[in-house]
Parts: sequence; C-alpha cells; structure tokens
Amino acid sequence: MTAWTDIWTLAELKFGRVLTVSYELLTRGRTLADARGCRLASVVLGTNVARAELEGLISRGADMVYVVDDPRLERFLPQPYAGALQHLVETYHPEVLIAGATTTGRTVMPYLSVRVHAGLTADCTGLEIDPDTGELLQTRPAIGGNIMATIRTPNARPQMATVRPKSAPPARPDPTRTGEIIRVAVPDSMLRSAMRFERFEPDATQEVAIEEAEIVVSGGRGVKRAESFGLVRELAAALGGSVGASRAAVDRGWQPYPRQVGLSGKTVSPKLYVACGISGAIQHLAGMQTSETIVAINSDPDAQIFQVADLGIVADLFEAIPAIVQRLKVESKPGGS
Amino acid sequence: MRIIVPIKQVPETSNVKMDPVTGTMIRTGVEAIVNPLDLYALEAALRLREQHGGTITAVSMGPAVAEKALREAIAMGCDDAVLLTDREFAGSDTWATAYALSECIRKLGEYSLIICGERATDGDTGQVGPSIAAFLDLPVATYISRIREVTADGIRVDRLVEGGVETVWSELPVVLTVVKDVAYPRLPTLAGKRRAREAQVLVLGAADVAVRRNWIGLKGSPTRVVRIARPQVGRHPEMIRVKEPSDLEWAAERFVEFLRERNLLR
Repeated sequence: MTAWTDIWTLAELKFGRVLTVSYELLTRGRTLADARGCRLASVVLGTNVARAELEGLISRGADMVYVVDDPRLERFLPQPYAGALQHLVETYHPEVLIAGATTTGRTVMPYLSVRVHAGLTADCTGLEIDPDTGELLQTRPAIGGNIMATIRTPNARPQMATVRPKSAPPARPDPTRTGEIIRVAVPDSMLRSAMRFERFEPDATQEVAIEEAEIVVSGGRGVKRAESFGLVRELAAALGGSVGASRAAVDRGWQPYPRQVGLSGKTVSPKLYVACGISGAIQHLAGMQTSETIVAINSDPDAQIFQVADLGIVADLFEAIPAIVQRLKVESKPGGS
Repeated sequence: MRIIVPIKQVPETSNVKMDPVTGTMIRTGVEAIVNPLDLYALEAALRLREQHGGTITAVSMGPAVAEKALREAIAMGCDDAVLLTDREFAGSDTWATAYALSECIRKLGEYSLIICGERATDGDTGQVGPSIAAFLDLPVATYISRIREVTADGIRVDRLVEGGVETVWSELPVVLTVVKDVAYPRLPTLAGKRRAREAQVLVLGAADVAVRRNWIGLKGSPTRVVRIARPQVGRHPEMIRVKEPSDLEWAAERFVEFLRERNLLR
C-alpha cells in the first residue's frame, strides 16, 4: 500500500512572480502540517523561475519546494499543468494538496482530481485535521451561503481542496527558515496541450480590482438604475476605494460581472466595505462579511445587511450619499476640520 | 457542428429561506429552475448554431423531474435532449457526476463543443465542467466571456481571469465553461414552448451508458459530507436613523467621524 504523506500547496505565479494567494496557502498549510506532524511543500510550475521566488516560499513556511521548470508551463494551460501535477502526485504521494480557488486553481484541480481519482472540495473557507482520524476536514459554504458543509475524503488520496483567496492572511517571511528545492523533470507526453495561450489584456480601468482594494463601496438593488451608480462611484472616489456591486445589480446589467461581490462573484476582505442599497442576501454576505469594517446604508431598517455591519445608516441613499460625499470633501480640504 | 450543453436543475436559491430551528432549507414553495449560468451556456450554443449551423443537444443528470429543465432548453431552441436518470446515481459528488455525464456524452457520438455554465447555484463548485473534460481527455477553457471565432479545426475564446482577459486558441473538440458576459439568454418563444411540449426526451439509465457501477452514486464519490451547519452572522452595529432631511448632516458627520476613529480616512 502506498504511504501518502505531507501537505502540499500549489503556488501560483504571474509573470514569474509568486502571487500572494500562494502565501495564504502556506498559512493554511503550516497549521495543517503541524497538526498532522508532517512536512509542508509548495509546488511551482513555470519557466525560468527566479531562485528568490522559490526561497520566498521556504521563508514563508515550505519545507520543500517542488519545481517543474519547462517553457510549456510559462502560461496556465489546464492539460500541461494537470499533467505535471499528476506526475508529481504519482511520484511523491502527498496526503493533502490545496490550491487557491482562483481561475487557475478552480480549473486545474478538478481536472487533476479526475486524473488521479481523488476527491476535491471547492472554495473552502475552513480546513483542519481531524484529531481522531488525521483526515482533512474541509468546510465550505453551500446553497447560496445558507449553510456551511464540512466534507471529508475517507479513502481517496490525495485529499484535495481549493481555498478561497483572502480567507487566511499571507504567511510572513522568516529568513532564518531553511528548506529544500527539488527540481523534477516531467515526461513530454504529460505536458502536451491542445490549447495555446495567445495574449493577456489587463483591465483597462485604472481602478484597483475589488479583490485587491483596501476600500470597496458596493451598490445593490436599491441603487435602482445604471445611471445612479454614479453616486456609488462618487462615494468610492471620495473614500479612495473601488466600486463593487451585488448580484442583483450585475444581473440587471448596471455593473459588469468582475465587480460582483458574493458567492457567485468575488470574495473581498477590505479594510472598509460600504454597502449601499444592498439588502444583504446570504449570497452577498458570504462574499464580504470578513471585511474589517462594514458600513451599510439602506432605507429598510430591517435589512439583513445591518446584522453584519459595524455602522448602520437607515436612510435614503440618494440623500445620504451626497451628504456624505459633501462632508468628505470638506474633510479633505487643507485647513478643514 | 454538434454542440452538447450539460445543464442542471437547481432550486431557486437567490432568496432562499432557512428554517431557523433546524437550519435546513425550506423547500416548500421553492421553484426548480434551470441553473442560471446554464442558460448562458445554452445561449452561447444557440448563437454558434445561428452562425455555423449544426445541432444542439442538452444533457442533464438528475431525478425524473429534471426533464422539465430539458424541455425549457428545447423551448429556447435546442434540437434534442437527454436525461440521465437512475437511482444508482443518487448521492454523486462532482467526481461521480462528471464521470456519469462524460460516459453519457461518449454514448451520444461525435461533437465539436461541450458548453457548460461556469457553476451551478446550488453546489457552487464549478468542478463538473473541467472534470468532464478530464474524463473525455479533452482540453478545457474556463470562465469564457466571449467566443471570438470558430473554424473547422479550432476555436478562439476569451477567458475572464484575475486582472484582465486572456485569449486562448484550442483544438476541437473542447469543453468551455461560460460566465455571464458570454451572451444574454433569450426567452423561449411560443413556438419553442409548443415544440418543447411535444419533443421526446431520451431517457437513459446507468445500464444504458455502460458506467462502472462502483464509480457512480454515493459509493463512487470520493468525498462525503460529514456535517452541515448554519453560518453565524452578526456584528452589533451602531445605528443611525435618518428620519428627517435635517438629520442628514449629522449622519454624514457621524459617518466621517466613525471612519476617522478607525483610521480609515485618507
């Protein structure tokens, strides 16, 4: 019988740099590896990856870094990525493999789970080791965020999960940590792709993407129409934040999908989240309730959004937002109070 | 060109009510609908058929009542529909679901494209599309926001990824999973509804698609749900109630003050 050991995280790179989500996974992975009494490894797939990037993973908690360095892995393509991972899994037999619930993780992990016949849980917000069985307990929201389901994988290995970005803080570097870099060659047949990357077009807007923003101001059904989102934009600009939207607002075409906050959109965890005219359906709350500070503006005093707010303003947003923007302008003037 | 569109029937969960005592979903009066993102997949397929000709087959795995979802797909314009239903499929996780669906699709013969909604609103995993591709050993392009062009040997599509849009080219056949930007779903026409009422939905069971019996249903599912809990929400907000226009200035003042206390002002 194969012995499956160690916790693995899939590091994600963009333009040769390790993305923050990879360090969040190391925070998760460190806790799991300590609980399980095993080693923690990161997997890096790419080409000409700088040694400093690999060492950065070690300083943030990895005991080993497995590297597959091949020009065919320069950009994310599901088949060669899954092929390289399959080769690593079948060679080294990790007990647990976690990846970020990013567009990459959510594509390659299901593909891989089929190839290696393993169980996979999507978009986890909680991971722990069962002290009795040593199994990975994977907790995730389901049915529109109305329930939290805890899932285990009794027999199949590795136990695989994608983890919601921003649901854990990134691991801090400790330059005294040491670890091993292991370079692995993958057979050609496993790196073939029927798909090729052509180009990447970054978002045209100068605004920070909502999942990266420190301040997010979102509008919902209460904004009433596309043009009124100008108010939400004004408040966001006055606070130095990015504009988000609820599913209701995106479904009505008032805002584009990349701005959607909630279970079926982005998860955000900014320092400040301002919800304007959002009732607070569980599906929305699931995407923003870990924000440090939440302010809600809604005309309905019973709106569920107030249950997760730190400051609730019961008011007509069409009156309240202009008053607030006005006040903020006074604030930012030199010599203002 | 033949296009396969796997769809799922889901409960209408956007405004779901939960029983505060049992923590379970109140199913009474909850409507069963076609998974919203699957409508976008169907629309993308219909537009491709308009440009390139061909046929569209909708496929669903689920209980017998899922036939209703397939009839809606026909009402929108699909040519035919297949329902994969069997008690043995009950309890399937995404791995076992994708396995059964891929064996069913294999049974349907040649095709150029499989178009899925990016995820279903009930399970919310987004895993079945890429898993079908893996079982069929096909390439997969996820989060598709635009289908740029289809030629005899390939397809060029845009993927909506973090921080931008990525264009990829793929050989056919390929599995696509689509997001809302791909196309806005049409409503069924009266003629379509009539056709849907009269259409024959092909019903297949586990024996018809030659699946390995130990790879389907609960026993074929690598994962198990061990616990269901109701999420705890709750902070204790300071509430400001604007009752008259004259309260506005005070509310705005308090808002700014509150942010200053928390060091959130620029």
